[in-house]
Amino acid sequence: MVASRAIGCLRRFANASRTLHHCSGYICRNFSRSSALLARSHINYGIKDDVAVIRINSPNSKVNTLNQELQSEFMEVMNEIWASDQVKSAVLISSKPGCFIAGADINMIAACKTPQEVTRLSQEGQKMFEKLENSPKPIVAAISGSCLGGGLEVGVPAAFDMMLTGRNIRADRAKKMGLVDQLVEPLGPGVKPPEERTIEYLEEIAVTFAKGLADKKISLKRSKGLMDTSYLTELTSYAMGIPFVRQQVYKKVEEQVRKQTKGLYPAPLKIIDVVKTGLEEGKDAGYLSESQKFGELAMTKESKALIGLYHGQVLCKKNKFGTPQREVKNIAVLGAGLMGAGIAQVSVDKGLKTILKDATLTGLSRGQQQVFKGLNDKVKKKTLTSFERDFIFNNLTGQLDYQSFEKADMVIEAVFEDINLKHKVLKEVEEVIPAHCVFASNTSALPINEIASVSKRPEKVIGMHYFSPVDKMQLLEIITTPKTSKDTTASAVAVGLKQGKVIIVVKDGPGFYTTRCLAPMMSEVIRILQEGIGPKKLDSLTTGFGFPVGAATLVDEVGVDVAKHVAEDLGKAFGERFAGGSLELLKQMVSKGFLGRKSGKGFYVYKEGVKSKDLNSDMDSVLAGLQVSPKPEVSSDEDIQYRLVSRFVNEAALCLQEEILATPAEGDIGAVFGLGFPPCLGGPFRFVDLYGAQKIVDRLRRYEAAYGKQFTPCQLLIDQASAGKKFYQ
Amino acid sequence: MTWVTGRLLCGWAPVQTSTKKTLAKPNVRNIVVVEGVRIPFLLSGTSYKDLMPHDLARAALSSLLIKTNVPKEVVDYIIFGTVIQEVKTSNVAREAALGAGFSDKTPAHTVTMACISANQAMTTGVGLIASGQSDVIVAGGVELMSDVPIRHSRKMRKMMLDLNKAKTLGQRLSLISKFRLNFLTPELPAVAEFSTSETMGHSADRLAASFAVSRLEQDEYALRSHRLAKKAQDEGLLSDVVPFKVPGKETVTKDNGIRPSSLEQMAKLKPAFVKPYGTVTAANSSFLTDGASAMLIMAEDKALAMGYKPKAYLRDFVYVSQDPKDQLLLGPTYATPKVLEKAGLTLKDIDAFEFHEAFSGQILANFKAMDSDWFAQNYMGRKAKVGSPPLEKFNNWGGSLSLGHPFGATGCRLVMAAANRLRKEGGQFGLVAACAAGGQGHAMIVETYPK
Repeated sequence: MVASRAIGCLRRFANASRTLHHCSGYICRNFSRSSALLARSHINYGIKDDVAVIRINSPNSKVNTLNQELQSEFMEVMNEIWASDQVKSAVLISSKPGCFIAGADINMIAACKTPQEVTRLSQEGQKMFEKLENSPKPIVAAISGSCLGGGLEVGVPAAFDMMLTGRNIRADRAKKMGLVDQLVEPLGPGVKPPEERTIEYLEEIAVTFAKGLADKKISLKRSKGLMDTSYLTELTSYAMGIPFVRQQVYKKVEEQVRKQTKGLYPAPLKIIDVVKTGLEEGKDAGYLSESQKFGELAMTKESKALIGLYHGQVLCKKNKFGTPQREVKNIAVLGAGLMGAGIAQVSVDKGLKTILKDATLTGLSRGQQQVFKGLNDKVKKKTLTSFERDFIFNNLTGQLDYQSFEKADMVIEAVFEDINLKHKVLKEVEEVIPAHCVFASNTSALPINEIASVSKRPEKVIGMHYFSPVDKMQLLEIITTPKTSKDTTASAVAVGLKQGKVIIVVKDGPGFYTTRCLAPMMSEVIRILQEGIGPKKLDSLTTGFGFPVGAATLVDEVGVDVAKHVAEDLGKAFGERFAGGSLELLKQMVSKGFLGRKSGKGFYVYKEGVKSKDLNSDMDSVLAGLQVSPKPEVSSDEDIQYRLVSRFVNEAALCLQEEILATPAEGDIGAVFGLGFPPCLGGPFRFVDLYGAQKIVDRLRRYEAAYGKQFTPCQLLIDQASAGKKFYQ
Repeated sequence: MTWVTGRLLCGWAPVQTSTKKTLAKPNVRNIVVVEGVRIPFLLSGTSYKDLMPHDLARAALSSLLIKTNVPKEVVDYIIFGTVIQEVKTSNVAREAALGAGFSDKTPAHTVTMACISANQAMTTGVGLIASGQSDVIVAGGVELMSDVPIRHSRKMRKMMLDLNKAKTLGQRLSLISKFRLNFLTPELPAVAEFSTSETMGHSADRLAASFAVSRLEQDEYALRSHRLAKKAQDEGLLSDVVPFKVPGKETVTKDNGIRPSSLEQMAKLKPAFVKPYGTVTAANSSFLTDGASAMLIMAEDKALAMGYKPKAYLRDFVYVSQDPKDQLLLGPTYATPKVLEKAGLTLKDIDAFEFHEAFSGQILANFKAMDSDWFAQNYMGRKAKVGSPPLEKFNNWGGSLSLGHPFGATGCRLVMAAANRLRKEGGQFGLVAACAAGGQGHAMIVETYPK
């Protein structure tokens, strides 16, 4: 207490220095030294005429986050401003180009031990926002770049806000929604760097507006929003005044949310609760309820899981292998199929000169069209202009031969999954590429060392396993062999990061990490289908557990032939641990041409332009022919869900045990971003931590008793359980 | 180089001294401007509004014929610049030349390069003469903003074209059944940069902001332009203007966009593009203009042989281009040091500057860019700034802001203004520079012809 009072007292001197600034250089210097000592670390402010310009600049960070320090400094500054006669209005601006406030500090919330702590934090925040909302002096928030969560709250209640981002469309939309009042376009170069001048300009404009508001020369009109045609708002507020209507609205919204989240994500429902409390019992009750519910939410498993994923993702967005010796500027993609064209698409729009090579003109044209369509869809959504599309598309060269491969810095092959074909292209390519060129193989299951076995330069061979559709799936699994050089890995990670991917780097082995985890679960899927659970029921059980895509649908999406291929290969490699379902099911499906979505039929029937899917009735006889009797003791809905998930988790743990995986974090990111492992569970390792290793082992033992070795828990899990250890400390 | 340093020591007084060397190069033909004319530049929608572009171009061409008395069969080639094309006369140079009484044996073509189209017409001619292909060239430019091609929408056009091809009534009916009311929405000629979808005024406003050019500075500069133009007009200095008897209307004798106002009046205007806080207004921008210009360019030996007294030499020229988004209108900044270097001159050697004034903010931003070492080093890959032109030598007879700016015709006006100023004010070198849509620019050295 004493210390804080002393600081408060000294700060008054610091203030004096500001007012003295114009009078005497000498005194000023004296005082300003003391003010430098006491300078706030996140916020400083100066006064231009009668406008206080508050600059937010969190030290040693690329972004400003709403942490406790920043909040308290901000409140101090605001109190000074409200108390000052000199100041008539204020401008709030960030000194960081491209970031206003990126939201609440996730670490601050993660550090809390009890719901009460979080509630208190939240209340402090609320108080701040309320004070801002009721500010007697106009406040203009000059926002440049990302402004999320709490950042938006700081901006929005402020009297007159503006926003600016590099992406005009988004700022445009914010204006249409009525979130912001004015837009400032980014500036080009002047006599100083564009970013610097743009912030300066934003500040100048904001100061003008602040003055205008204080002098009542500019009035606040917030009726520009799209939804906001006045009669509509009036009508809405009238209707919402009737309790019965309100109840109906709550019910409807709740239904919607339940349907979308399947009750797995608690936050949206609590938000509805809070809004309800606010409307029914008044603002204060609403605020109280908001902070309490926020406190409760922060302590949930889901919150911990999601925060964990956030940290994992941050980790997987870094290149821990360092800067590659040579920057990759030109890449070549072999094979213009779905994957190859997808890889080309995420490369060209990052400015990589890309050759797309295929064996046939038809295949090549299809691939080029896929890239064009991907870009053109962005034009339709107005995130790209047609000119930008054409400019980007120009980075793509389609060809049938190896012309210009001597300029390639990296070749990514995405030809058919056949080891002989892969060998053939590797040998062909090595004849034409320069010495420094990396050869990356996009394969989901073929071991990289086997592919590299015919290479003259195995240190330059690496696996880059993309996920389909490449432009939507964030994960990239990079596979290194013992011979792969560190620089090659650094190059591959650098390219992946440029392509916007979240990257895990794993060791070589059958199925690497992702495919290997998925395979035993798929084997169990087949077993469950054989036991007479229909695809629809199976899908609802898996999505009910949090998987974004149902298990049967997933097989259709991946492709039944691919699944069969993988199951055969990995079955050979891992033997009985991958047993369970009968491969015969997939074989019969392939022979009947039921390859999943791509052939129009799999477990379901797919028609162009039709969203709802019907079961493929031709599958009935196939399934009937392979039926086995279920084991009632492990066939409850919950058991079925856990049979699937526990095999997945067990295999993931084994990958860590065998050091295929370097860290549990990468395992979690790979499972969630690549395979759709339920995000609310945070990934297999986080799931073990939160659910309890012992409980998982117990379940596995129970299923082992019923089915056999495919459920035998791996040593690592057993050790974790017996030692009571966690993957994440 | 020695003579340059020698002249530097003499200081930079704009007095022509006989010791100055000309820019003639060995083994390169000297090319001269014999004469140049323009019909008065008018605010669009005024006296020229019922005419077509080739009418204006024809008026400029026939005035040139009369003023120079050049025998029509001597003219080897005619080149005109234009920007917004009238689709009926897409090669407006040919249509105008035929009507103006030039020989139908003289080929003519039309060039387009936004606001430097007439410059491109002139330099194309210079190229033809320098390479020995031609001796006598007529170059010019025309723009008629009173009428622009407004088209049917693409959907409507497609339907109309398909209807043309439809063979049976059934086909026609099925096509017509696809008609929707929104097909009738007309398509206006693009006012925005195609690559960025940004209008030029908007870009100019951002440019002014980038260089921190204030509204007041812009208004002051615009006022200067109008005052100087008015003075030049009153004193009869705009000798390239020729009267034009508009069919069915009065004879137009002078530019009608010159309107010196007051700073107070100008301050009242609201921003035209970046609302509500921008700085570019109608008063500090060039206005939509109708007009045409034409010029007789010859090889020096040919002109002398024919007994002409040329007005000026056309010397080194450059075209530049840069980022069309953030540096759309910085052409002069890029072009000036380049052309000076090429000619072996420095900014101090220039006696008359004639820059195209698209916007006050654009001119002032260019001044600041030319005066910035930081900009020169970081964006132009140069060691140092070229320097900002001294205002007392700059656009002394008004500029595009006040005289008007018929896109395709301005280039010839700039060159004639430089040539006439040098003769009147007694300087040797003039520098013409202009920016253009697409992020392009141009500069040329004009050397006065010894008296």
